[in-house]
Amino acid sequence: MTIIDSTDHSGPPIPRDPFVRLRVAITGGTSGLGLALVREVLNRGAHVAFVARSRDAVERVAAEHAGAHGIVGDVSRKEDTYPLAVQILGALGGLDVLVNNASHLGPVPLALLADTDCEDFERALATNVLAPFRLTKALLGALAASAREGFTTVVLNVSSDAAINAYPSWGAYGASKAALHHLSRIWREELLAEGIAVLSLDPGDMDTPLHAAAVPDAERSSLKRPESAARELADAIAVALSQRAATPELLNEAIR
Amino acid sequence: MIAASVPVQRPAGAKLLVADRSGGIEHHRRSEFVRLLRAGDLVIANDAATLPASLSGRHLPSGRQIEARLAGRDSLATDQVKSFSAVLFGLGDFRMRTEDRPLPPSVRCGDRLALGPLRATVVRRLLNHPRLVVLELEGSPREIWAGLARHGRPIQYAHVPAPLALWDSWTPIAGPPVAFEPPSAGFVLDWSVVASMAARDVGFATITHAAGISSTGDPKLDGLLPFDEPYRIPASTARAIERTRAQGGRVVAIGTTVVRALEHAAGRDGMLRVGEGLATQRVGASSQLRVVDAILSGTHEPGTSHYELLRAFTGDQTLARIDQELNTHAYRTHEFGDSVFLERSVPVVPKATASLQATRQLVRYRARPLPEPSSLSGKDWGRGLLGPHPAAPACSKTGSP
Repeated sequence: MTIIDSTDHSGPPIPRDPFVRLRVAITGGTSGLGLALVREVLNRGAHVAFVARSRDAVERVAAEHAGAHGIVGDVSRKEDTYPLAVQILGALGGLDVLVNNASHLGPVPLALLADTDCEDFERALATNVLAPFRLTKALLGALAASAREGFTTVVLNVSSDAAINAYPSWGAYGASKAALHHLSRIWREELLAEGIAVLSLDPGDMDTPLHAAAVPDAERSSLKRPESAARELADAIAVALSQRAATPELLNEAIR
Repeated sequence: MIAASVPVQRPAGAKLLVADRSGGIEHHRRSEFVRLLRAGDLVIANDAATLPASLSGRHLPSGRQIEARLAGRDSLATDQVKSFSAVLFGLGDFRMRTEDRPLPPSVRCGDRLALGPLRATVVRRLLNHPRLVVLELEGSPREIWAGLARHGRPIQYAHVPAPLALWDSWTPIAGPPVAFEPPSAGFVLDWSVVASMAARDVGFATITHAAGISSTGDPKLDGLLPFDEPYRIPASTARAIERTRAQGGRVVAIGTTVVRALEHAAGRDGMLRVGEGLATQRVGASSQLRVVDAILSGTHEPGTSHYELLRAFTGDQTLARIDQELNTHAYRTHEFGDSVFLERSVPVVPKATASLQATRQLVRYRARPLPEPSSLSGKDWGRGLLGPHPAAPACSKTGSP
């Protein structure tokens, strides 16, 4: 059968940065690492949709970043999952990269596990485990469709060294991030054949609102800038994008 | 047939009637679907996700209740979400049979509707029908997407009494939210089915087709279905079809929308056009299939446009025997019902076959131009939307035609 292909393949020369024109969705995109990631991938030429709970914050960030599509919603609420997916896919027309960044610390101030309220633990699980599971599942069709068209697609779950190490008083956060990390590992195995690379990466201790809530008296100058963590994560995504399959060594590896 | 009334996409007991090219009929468990495929076959599904296209609200001039069901759009473009054709209903909701729903309040051009957070203006009436209009939604694409996502509900019908959530309507492989009702033949697919196809050397590809509504409540309007539907054929899917054809495999369409899109993209010249198009044709007994060899679809009642499409695959005698078997074996119908796998009895159009085999190289060619967005407000769009029927005159500033 002869194929008539009048779609535009010529365009500008193949860009060096694999993010150019990619469709990227980022949760928790109005502060800390998420905001830095929105800026980083926008600068690299991607089409970006970001999600956050606060309408004011979403509108502020959207106004400051032409081309970023702001969406109000709470990823920890099951009922928000498909409305978010409609808006992400409606605005971008499809999806190449999903960054599950939105995170919940658990009790503030941090508490021993035995002093942690069940509700705080549940909230950490809802935001850090169930939300990435649900949103990824709802967006999987779009990611796989992009992969079938010949692109490598990436799901990046933002992890933590607390997912690996047992830090006292980080129980809710650490246990939920450990579950997310393991979910990422299993999904990575299952989705390799679909052309979807699943990464679980630790951005390091950053100067972000979440870290300030956890360690209010931390010496801020000793912490990593979220901008440099965002650059490193974007580089890691770019490596995965430039390869047809995910690189096993990227999983588990902390970026320092 | 019995209406499937529970929104379970892949019930354990789902049945599959299989009719082969010579009219032989067998009954299978639908979960065994992949075992009916042969190495070298190519399965093509519609990856459109379903819009929450039912918008309840008020007709502002009268203050009366109204439900607008978005029914069509002329493009898949992410930023062209202002204009939709829509079917309007008055009191009641999906629990009432569509044909029993009262008419909407009398609507004039220029009337505004409040649909949750969304505001819309009636910019055209179509066919001078009290239900059928073109709506223009107010606001930016961002506001429109947010309003649809927060306020809209999936279109549903009285045979499913429980309110549907979007996750009931999205197939597992759903991507771009452009369908007005689910391409429900795709409910058969989940990720383990996709994986098992690969394991059996069966190809899997997708197209995106903005499936329209299946019922308007008015038999006359229903007779015009399906309305025009935009679709997109990825180059990778076209190449997979080309490979399958060259190697003698079958192209298996999951659902009527896939047939409509692929057959629209395949010209008389044996060429398959990649990219976006607008399917305007009706597929029926007189249609010559150029791409699709078999279809997996729901169980359709005679007289519907879906049933008409099956007549392109096989003769009326076979279809009549299928009907009989479906009834005898208590198959369930509608979107959550059982399925039929139908192989084309008529061989591929001989002339097209020759041409297909003769020219297999990739050719770049300028496809038919799509209607310009500006023509949306013109007379032709209404006509294009509903086929060769006279469209109502466009709204004048002074009121309805």
